[in-house]
Amino acid sequence: MNPSPPPRRSFGAEVVTGVGDAFRPVVRLLDRFGDHVILLARSLAWLPRRPFRPANYLEACEYIGVGSLPIVLLVGFFTGAVMGLQAVYAFRQFQLESFAGGTTGKALAVELAPVLSALMVAGRSGAGIATELGTMRITEQIDALESMAVSPLQFLVLPRLIAGMLMAPILSLLFFIVAMVGCYFLAVVVQHVDHGQFVLHTRDLLTTTDVAQGMLKSIVFGLIVTLIGCYQGYNAAGGGRGVGLGTTRAVVFSSVTILISDYFLSDILLRVMSSDTGVR
Amino acid sequence: MSDADDVPLAQAHPRWHLRVRGLTKSFGAKLVLDKLDLDVERGKVNVIIGASGAGKSVLIKHFMCLLRPDRGSIWVDGTDVFALGTQPLSLFRRKFGLVFQFSALFDSLTVEENCAFPLREHTKKSKAEIKDIVRDRLAALGLDGMQAMYPGSLSGGQRKRVGLARALVLEPEILIFDEPTTGLDPLATRNVDDMILGVMDRYKVTSVVISHDMASVFRIADRIAMLHERQILVAGTVDEIRGSEIPYLYEFIRTSGVAAAGAAP
Ligand SMILES: Nc1ncnc2c1ncn2[C@@H]1O[C@H](COP(=O)(O)OP(=O)(O)OP(=O)(O)O)[C@@H](O)[C@H]1O
Ligand SMILES: [Mg+2]
Repeated sequence: MNPSPPPRRSFGAEVVTGVGDAFRPVVRLLDRFGDHVILLARSLAWLPRRPFRPANYLEACEYIGVGSLPIVLLVGFFTGAVMGLQAVYAFRQFQLESFAGGTTGKALAVELAPVLSALMVAGRSGAGIATELGTMRITEQIDALESMAVSPLQFLVLPRLIAGMLMAPILSLLFFIVAMVGCYFLAVVVQHVDHGQFVLHTRDLLTTTDVAQGMLKSIVFGLIVTLIGCYQGYNAAGGGRGVGLGTTRAVVFSSVTILISDYFLSDILLRVMSSDTGVR
Repeated sequence: MSDADDVPLAQAHPRWHLRVRGLTKSFGAKLVLDKLDLDVERGKVNVIIGASGAGKSVLIKHFMCLLRPDRGSIWVDGTDVFALGTQPLSLFRRKFGLVFQFSALFDSLTVEENCAFPLREHTKKSKAEIKDIVRDRLAALGLDGMQAMYPGSLSGGQRKRVGLARALVLEPEILIFDEPTTGLDPLATRNVDDMILGVMDRYKVTSVVISHDMASVFRIADRIAMLHERQILVAGTVDEIRGSEIPYLYEFIRTSGVAAAGAAP
């Protein structure tokens, strides 16, 4: 065989293709982002429309909230305990171990509780949502809903998005409370830090603003997890394998998105509602 | 052009309930339907035959706008299906009952809840009324007593019948069956055929049936259309199709083991 030489192309055309190639991943990312925004907007548009189907919302809340509760509590307790342990050891050098509760509490309230509980929800409920909707998509149950004049966005997607935004902050708050219990247990019971000092410094350092910041973040994280889960499920294709891939993607994408958006959310929240001790 | 065009598309035609014009649909680079025209006769059993993968399921999904075409239009009683907005489309879809190829029952709901679903969504009937209607429909299909079972524990034939019961509860004007008999044993196939004829008798609906099974097709069809190479190769009454000498159609019928050319089933 004699392969024909590639057609000659102008320098300009080469540059245009080259630049296009270089930006393709970025374009794809923006494309995907846009798809998620469209799914969100189209679902929210159903919010004020009848019928409201409270049962679907309750079921979604139960699935996301109650379902993720045990693992959130378990991880919460041990996170608080290990943070307390590290803080006590670090502060002991300066005889300041009674500050362990306050510093740990701040970190937990603002960062660790919302982020870690959201990661737990992503692993459990986000994956579950992607699998459930994905299975419904490939077995034509979503088409069946539509054929019966029921909007799958209103029936399936919207309740999950709302439930995510409601449940994530509650889970985060519970995570925080259990983690503080873990921290107290480690510091006061195990490491014999003085109870009165511990409580006093915790009260001094930890503010309601910190807790509020954490919960605000959680609302966004809850939306991210459920939106990505729903997107992957709703757009599933390619049989059981496709559903599996979608589930994996849901967990990976939502985890990464949580961690990245946490940075930007923190930045914004520190500016608009920084507590007394923030760096400005 | 079709003989059904004596009445403008934007007007209900007395004979043709649903008219498809120039329907073109591709998935990515794969062209599945190409400028397809089809007329569906009112109050009759319209069967669509064609090879596996020909695009029959894709075609019927356009009827109620579950898929949107690249080009072309579908007219139901003067309504341009693809021009409908969200709310009107939702109303429009209630005219249809669709029995899916793989049933598409809701896994998380029992048989009874599956059948009650359209009633609960679209009527103001009480729980007791709904229960009665559902029991009625299930009994008519030989499924009474299975109300509390989940679709996962039903056989394929039972699932099909539950799917039919679900499609029937709202008394649709147009009933669409996607391969109702594929994968059923001969007796169950006969059963489903009788069921379809029974439904036709009782509810005076227009039905569209997709089928591969020529014996069953000749039993139930009033009209037959063949989908081949992205278009309707031929459409006509049962006798016209039997007498047809179009090679592909002839071959399709002959190899199915059912005598073509005028022989009785
Ligand atoms: N959602 C989709 N995405 C991509 N391709 C699709 C999709 N749906 C259908 N197709 C393709 O369209 C073609 C027609 O599919 P369709 O399901 O309509 O066939 P069919 O005539 O119903 O066959 P069968 O008798 O086996 O059910 C197939 O080649 C299929 O791969
Ligand atoms: Mg099919």
